[in-house]
Amino acid sequence: MTDQKMHFDYLLRLGDNSLILGQRLAEWCGHAPMLEEDLALTNIGLDLLGQARMLLAYAGEVEGKGRDEDRLAFHRDTMAWRNLLLLEQPNGDFAHTMARQLFFDAFQYQQFAGLCSSSDERLAGIAAKSLKEITYHRRHSTDWVIRLGDGTEESHERMQRAVDSLWGYVPEMFDMDAVDDAMVAAGIGVDVAALRGEWDRYIDEVFAEATLSRPEDSWSVRGSREGKHSEHLGYLLAEMQFLPRAYPDAKW
Amino acid sequence: MDAINKEPEALEAAFQAKVDAEQRIEPKDWMPEKYRQTLIRQMSQHAHSEVVGMLPEGNWLTRAPSLKRKAILMAKIQDEGGHGLYLYSAAETLGISRDEMFEQLHSGKAKYSTIFNYPTLSWADIGAIGWLVDGAAIVNQIALCRCSYGPYARAMIRICKEESFHQRQGYEIMMTMAQGTKEQREMAQDALNRWWWPTLMMFGPHDRESAHSGQSMKWKIKRQSNDDLRQKFIDATVPQAEFLGLRIPDDKLKWNEERGHYDFGEIDWEEFRSVVNGNGLCNRERLQARVDAHDGGRWVREAALAHAAKKEARKVEAA
Amino acid sequence: MSSETKSELPLYEVFIRSKNGLDHKHVGSLHAADAEMALTNARDVYTRRGEGVSIWVVKSTDIVASSPEDRGSFYEPSDDKLYRHPTFFKLPDEVGHM
Repeated sequence: MTDQKMHFDYLLRLGDNSLILGQRLAEWCGHAPMLEEDLALTNIGLDLLGQARMLLAYAGEVEGKGRDEDRLAFHRDTMAWRNLLLLEQPNGDFAHTMARQLFFDAFQYQQFAGLCSSSDERLAGIAAKSLKEITYHRRHSTDWVIRLGDGTEESHERMQRAVDSLWGYVPEMFDMDAVDDAMVAAGIGVDVAALRGEWDRYIDEVFAEATLSRPEDSWSVRGSREGKHSEHLGYLLAEMQFLPRAYPDAKW
Repeated sequence: MDAINKEPEALEAAFQAKVDAEQRIEPKDWMPEKYRQTLIRQMSQHAHSEVVGMLPEGNWLTRAPSLKRKAILMAKIQDEGGHGLYLYSAAETLGISRDEMFEQLHSGKAKYSTIFNYPTLSWADIGAIGWLVDGAAIVNQIALCRCSYGPYARAMIRICKEESFHQRQGYEIMMTMAQGTKEQREMAQDALNRWWWPTLMMFGPHDRESAHSGQSMKWKIKRQSNDDLRQKFIDATVPQAEFLGLRIPDDKLKWNEERGHYDFGEIDWEEFRSVVNGNGLCNRERLQARVDAHDGGRWVREAALAHAAKKEARKVEAA
Repeated sequence: MSSETKSELPLYEVFIRSKNGLDHKHVGSLHAADAEMALTNARDVYTRRGEGVSIWVVKSTDIVASSPEDRGSFYEPSDDKLYRHPTFFKLPDEVGHM
């Protein structure tokens, strides 16, 4: 893989993460547990969508094949997507959505904090802007996981179940492959493997306050960096990409 | 004004004098019970419409054809939620809780705008809703910025300010599609065909048949009549349709030089009543979605309350 | 209905300072379980267009309000004390601005 191809792939991973999670949050629209939360979830969704647009547009430029943000968003099949498996998992109940959100928010916070000092100035700029948003996202999901964990018996049970059922998608976030290594070496990317310790500390604190138990590390699923995904992603894409695919000549 | 020592007739006269003098009524001021009830009915119906109105547009949020459109639509639907919230909040100053209003909606006692019982079948419907439905709503809402009830008027001012981009985004979608491929033009025309008449129905029955209109005008809860507002909307919208090169589905639509307004055909009130009474394509789905969100979210709200109580108790214990 | 009312989150009033130098102004209300939630909800509901630099939230039940019946005794007594307003005092033009 050339440097340019790796740079492209790296940006794609970041952009795909934001887009797929933003798309999942869009599914909540009008169905949140309270009206205030409808507004909160769409705020977060809008932030993620904004990040995705900046990152994918930039990725397209780095690739140099004339693909813009929409070309990348609407004309790639499952195996060309690079988002983390965690993010394509269905919303489930509100506890499930918040567990997914907390795991990613805590990770993305550290990742983007690191990217702020990337030698790639444009990426550093995107990261700096996004970090303010992510700081708020993390506060929002942290609050909810604590509330639900240390709320009623029912909410505690649901929260624990959500954490348990998503725990196996956590290790993938901290994987490093050749692209990551090359980007770290070039001063562009972040060594995510090194972030795990801090992530664990943060999550353990949240778990403690939420009276949740940390699950055993008994399973882990990975593969998104090579385009291996769960079956959920295909349906998400089928829905998201329908219009531009059905009417390829149309502009919207 | 000393409310305690006054007879109801004197209070009512003083109240009406205040309204006539364009003074605003505030939550703790004395008001006729029917004024309060009418406001609660109208404001909660308005709030319900905003919140139910999130659903037909939400139907296309996950399928928006570009990331820019997706972001704009998400911000717009979010605004609808916000507007519902402002209105519930204003209605709560009249002594009814949001949950009580939800109950009235869920039990069918309270209504929402029947326009949202129509389905969004193509992306052009998102354009048509912004252009026509929001356009009609804005005409209504601008009139309500001068409503006699302070909290309602203030909520309306805030809403109008935020809403100004909604109609434009819808019209821009229509414009793009009307200038697009043959299929897109067909979608745009089809959307106009399906949304035009239901939009005109949004202004309510003719003045001569409107049950609540007279009293509401007198109380300045309503500032302009249904027919006046409808005419205003039509006059503004016809040239916009012409610019798009789309045909409004009304053979009787014609400029009347003498009146200085467009003449138009009669609304099919039979269809209106039928949809109100449950025969729209989406009545059941819309209401069920709201009930599910509320009932399905109860455990979340209960958890938040329980956690707040625990935190409070711990604070007391520590002190 | 009673179980329904029981699970309703309390109402908070929201005040926003639109920019430094201005007072906080009442903008509306919202529901939240506690103060932290009220604050973040207020941010999401009432500052979507950069309307604020500072937010106050107050539980609605904690607000003590004067009642309209007090209007006479509260405000009218000041109506005849015009000397509290600078325009009460007529100064010759030669004195200039004061």
